[in-house]
Amino acid sequence: MKSAEVAEEARVTVESDRDIVAARMRGRVMATELGFSSAVATLVATAISELARNILLYARRGEIVLASVERGDRRGLKVVARDDGPGIADVAQAMQDGFSTAGRLGLGLPGVRRLMDEFEVRSSPDVGTTVTVKKWNS
Amino acid sequence: MQVPILKQGPYLIATVQSALTDADMMQLRDALVAQVGQHRARGVIIDVTALDVMDSFAAGTLQDVAHMARLRGAETVIVGIQPDVAFAMVHMGLTLEGVATSLDLEAGLAHLDLSTGVSSHR
Ligand SMILES: Nc1ncnc2c1ncn2[C@@H]1O[C@H](COP(=O)(O)OP(=O)(O)O)[C@@H](O)[C@H]1O
Ligand SMILES: [Mg+2]
Repeated sequence: MKSAEVAEEARVTVESDRDIVAARMRGRVMATELGFSSAVATLVATAISELARNILLYARRGEIVLASVERGDRRGLKVVARDDGPGIADVAQAMQDGFSTAGRLGLGLPGVRRLMDEFEVRSSPDVGTTVTVKKWNS
Repeated sequence: MQVPILKQGPYLIATVQSALTDADMMQLRDALVAQVGQHRARGVIIDVTALDVMDSFAAGTLQDVAHMARLRGAETVIVGIQPDVAFAMVHMGLTLEGVATSLDLEAGLAHLDLSTGVSSHR
């Protein structure tokens, strides 16, 4: 895999439900600037909304970092959702449709995986949770 | 950002004006469920044309409104889901199962007239 080059970055601190809206709106603007269709920009905004809400619900506080990336002649948007909260006890379980420790729909993480092109979770009780996702402009 | 709720005949019509926070969404749910009783409403229309994103929280809360309103004797219909939002919901796997949807306000009113057997145009 070729290394991705960062051309632009935006950072949104997530510590209230207003920040969820701010993060997804920032993501939509950036996706649009990168030339994504409004339909794909909505996919990205929806994924950011889920990741930001997970930060707020499960870790109380964290950040969403948006960056434009390039691979060959393709441009994309990278979203990193990072917190130093309690971590996810069993990531494989958390990725299943309908699994929730909070009595919720349990469609956030598996939904984000379906909305985006690349998806990675790193989580442990010591360092918290980082979800990294990418959407490529085709 | 509060969502205005208007009474039209036997129905309540809530029109989302902009992106909503989770607190706004829950406030809308509680206001609708309370007003169904206050106005003895038979139907609820939620117009989400201006909603930027339908994520699992928004979908779950709208489902809750529909189920709670039904328990209080009112049918709910969601109208105005935009093409991009529908595209994202399908990709994500959000079905809004058990919730009626119509294209727009007019179609939503027609749907409620049929399903409740009352007429909003008297
Ligand atoms: N940032 C996070 N920190 C800790 N736990 C998390 C985080 N994100 C998700 N989880 C865990 O993974 C589960 C599944 O998340 P998700 O798919 O978004 O569903 P939901 O939020 O509806 O429960 C959550 O119930 C929670 O236990
Ligand atoms: Mg979630």
